[in-house]
Amino acid sequence: MVKIVEEIRYHTICVLVDNEAGVLARVIGLFSGRGYNIDSLTVAEVDPNEKLSLITVVTSGTPMIIEQIKAQLGRLVPVHKVSDLTVEGPHVERELALVKVAATGEKRGESMLTANIFRARVVDSTSESFVFEIVGSSEKLDAFIRAMTPLGLVDVSRTGVVAIARGAKPL
Amino acid sequence: MTNERLSGSQLLLKALADQGVDVVFGYPGGVVLPLYDELFKQNRIRHVLVRHEQGAVHAAEGYARSTGKVGVVLVTSGPGATNTVTGLTDALMDSIPIVCLTGQVPTSLIGNDAFQEADITGITRACTKHNYLVKDINRLARTIHEAFYVARSGRPGPVLVDLPKDILTGEGSYVGPELVTHKSYHPVVKGETSSIAKAVEMMAEAKRPLLYCGGGVINSGPAASEALTQFLHMTGFPITLTLMGLGAVPASDGQYLGMVGMHGTYEANLAMHGCDLMIAIGSRFDDRVTGRTNAFSPHSTKIHVDIDPSNINKNVMVDLPIVGDVANVLGEMISLWRARTKRPDRKRLEPWWKQIEEWRGRKCLNYPPSDKLIKPQYAIQRLYELTRNRDTYITTEVGQHQMWAAQHYKFESPKRWMTSGGLGTMGYGLPAAIGVQVAHPESLVVDIAGDSSIMMNIQEVATAVQYHLPVKVFITNNKYMGMVRQWQELLYGGRYSQSHNESQPDFVKLAEAFGAVGLRCDKPDELDATIERMIAANAPVLCEVIVDPSENCFPMIPAGAAHNEMLLGPFKDGIAKSASENDGMVLI
Repeated sequence: MVKIVEEIRYHTICVLVDNEAGVLARVIGLFSGRGYNIDSLTVAEVDPNEKLSLITVVTSGTPMIIEQIKAQLGRLVPVHKVSDLTVEGPHVERELALVKVAATGEKRGESMLTANIFRARVVDSTSESFVFEIVGSSEKLDAFIRAMTPLGLVDVSRTGVVAIARGAKPL
Repeated sequence: MTNERLSGSQLLLKALADQGVDVVFGYPGGVVLPLYDELFKQNRIRHVLVRHEQGAVHAAEGYARSTGKVGVVLVTSGPGATNTVTGLTDALMDSIPIVCLTGQVPTSLIGNDAFQEADITGITRACTKHNYLVKDINRLARTIHEAFYVARSGRPGPVLVDLPKDILTGEGSYVGPELVTHKSYHPVVKGETSSIAKAVEMMAEAKRPLLYCGGGVINSGPAASEALTQFLHMTGFPITLTLMGLGAVPASDGQYLGMVGMHGTYEANLAMHGCDLMIAIGSRFDDRVTGRTNAFSPHSTKIHVDIDPSNINKNVMVDLPIVGDVANVLGEMISLWRARTKRPDRKRLEPWWKQIEEWRGRKCLNYPPSDKLIKPQYAIQRLYELTRNRDTYITTEVGQHQMWAAQHYKFESPKRWMTSGGLGTMGYGLPAAIGVQVAHPESLVVDIAGDSSIMMNIQEVATAVQYHLPVKVFITNNKYMGMVRQWQELLYGGRYSQSHNESQPDFVKLAEAFGAVGLRCDKPDELDATIERMIAANAPVLCEVIVDPSENCFPMIPAGAAHNEMLLGPFKDGIAKSASENDGMVLI
């Protein structure tokens, strides 16, 4: 048999789950137990009446692995729906980062200019530091953080990717 | 919902009774005493006291597998709960419906490292189908009903419910099972009709088809086995079964090629390798079946029927997946096959059957007879001959004896064969036999064991004695961990590292010390009489058969080899490489 070399791709998968004790541990345990990658993961309650949470996970693997990940997620008992946004059509992905930069003088001014170019907002300011808030694709956030590194980057806090399909159709 | 207020223990027992539970396998301890006190006051649910909590889970597995019902386990917190982990993992791997009730320290103490506290829902998250920690007594009954629903629906499995002591002693109201529906878990039972129709067309065209069926057929229920046998005869196809599927169709059927896989038959494995259409039904392409996957059945189109979508394309890519319950899908296949206007020509299968008969002629399960030593294969053949006409259930431990049992004991109907397939748990067979015997008190229940495995849960003989459960433990004693020794002989230069049992108990005296019957036999010509005495005894029996210590289990596909790289018998020079793929042939 010919050995098929399959390409590893990133997929953004949304998992609608009951917001019950241990549900996140179940999802994370599935990834670690079966050796799948988690590149980013976010979770929050999205429907307080029905007690539903949405987990957005960015993972990578060959098509066979991605298919397994979705099937394995689907058979977890508290999972209502698994949706692979990467294959299901156009969607929007966003991530938020808080970026702390400490600098004085020229570098302080330059960090402010760079932040303006990236449309980052200042959410905290002292005489020797800024905290910027930036929203966008993960690539945009990566670029902003790279630009801030020589300007006195101190700390970064990122949310991980959240995503939603375009158009009127629900999940 | 009734307004009647009941204690948590009463609620629990009412829920179990409403789920049709007649027996639980368990072991008491501190935090579950309120529940044991309530058990004491009633007669509806029987409690079987095991001697180790692992035994309770295996007993519940034996009960579940021989009846098709959910097996129930009841243990205390901490060590009681952690001792169930192996059994739960075993049930998960083999898809056995179990509800395991564990005590827990009071909710106010959870997280405080209290006495006999263990985070059992955390520990068992990876080895249960689902688990629950009950924190609200008004959700207790609902949770129990959900647990039974999850355990038996779709691909069955173990579900654990952790019960803090204050939940068992508190007061709440009851909800009946009819009022409980599950929010998210609704497995697909009915297969996609268009896919089934496509499968039937593919089967009608196939020249070298093969049905490869497994435990999913057994789990789907007796209707699935009947439908499979009917479909087998309608199509005239050959069939092979996995270790978990033995008994799904009668072993005496002329179209049955024997077991597939690492210790499967020559004809079954070469048919897997050479078929042009593989129809996998309720089987999951386990590595012990496929061997090296990149050399697995290279020329076949593959259809896969399974209730669990995660089994599709997991180990082997298939061409046509059908997600659904086996009985349901087979029923539809039968009606579509019948409805075909153009009857498939059976003549097209003749060359394929001719080839299979040639492979069969190799008689791969033959072994050199001996009149001095009892060959283990001979011991199992005689056990089969002397028990085949009785109402017999067989369990096994894990190792060589298990594979010889799978090869030489012929099962004519489903749910008669209980073995630890996926996890390969030594110590499974005796407690499983106890569970089977509890469910079928009048039947003959035999645990085919090895001398090493039986020591892993030997304490359960006391359980069998206490409840007058006349299980028969048929110990083939070669003084080795036979399968370990076999691999060491074949793959590790004969360096028998830690696989020899230098010291062993006197099994006859051991049986007597427990209050059971002990028998021993070491001569081939005394074997039949010993087996007859074992069968006749109306008590638990440890029957020790001293077998040829150097015997190995063949055929064997070494781990990482392909189906056409099978070893058929003993050899001296390590594993030779495969013969050419064209003749599909083999080594000695």
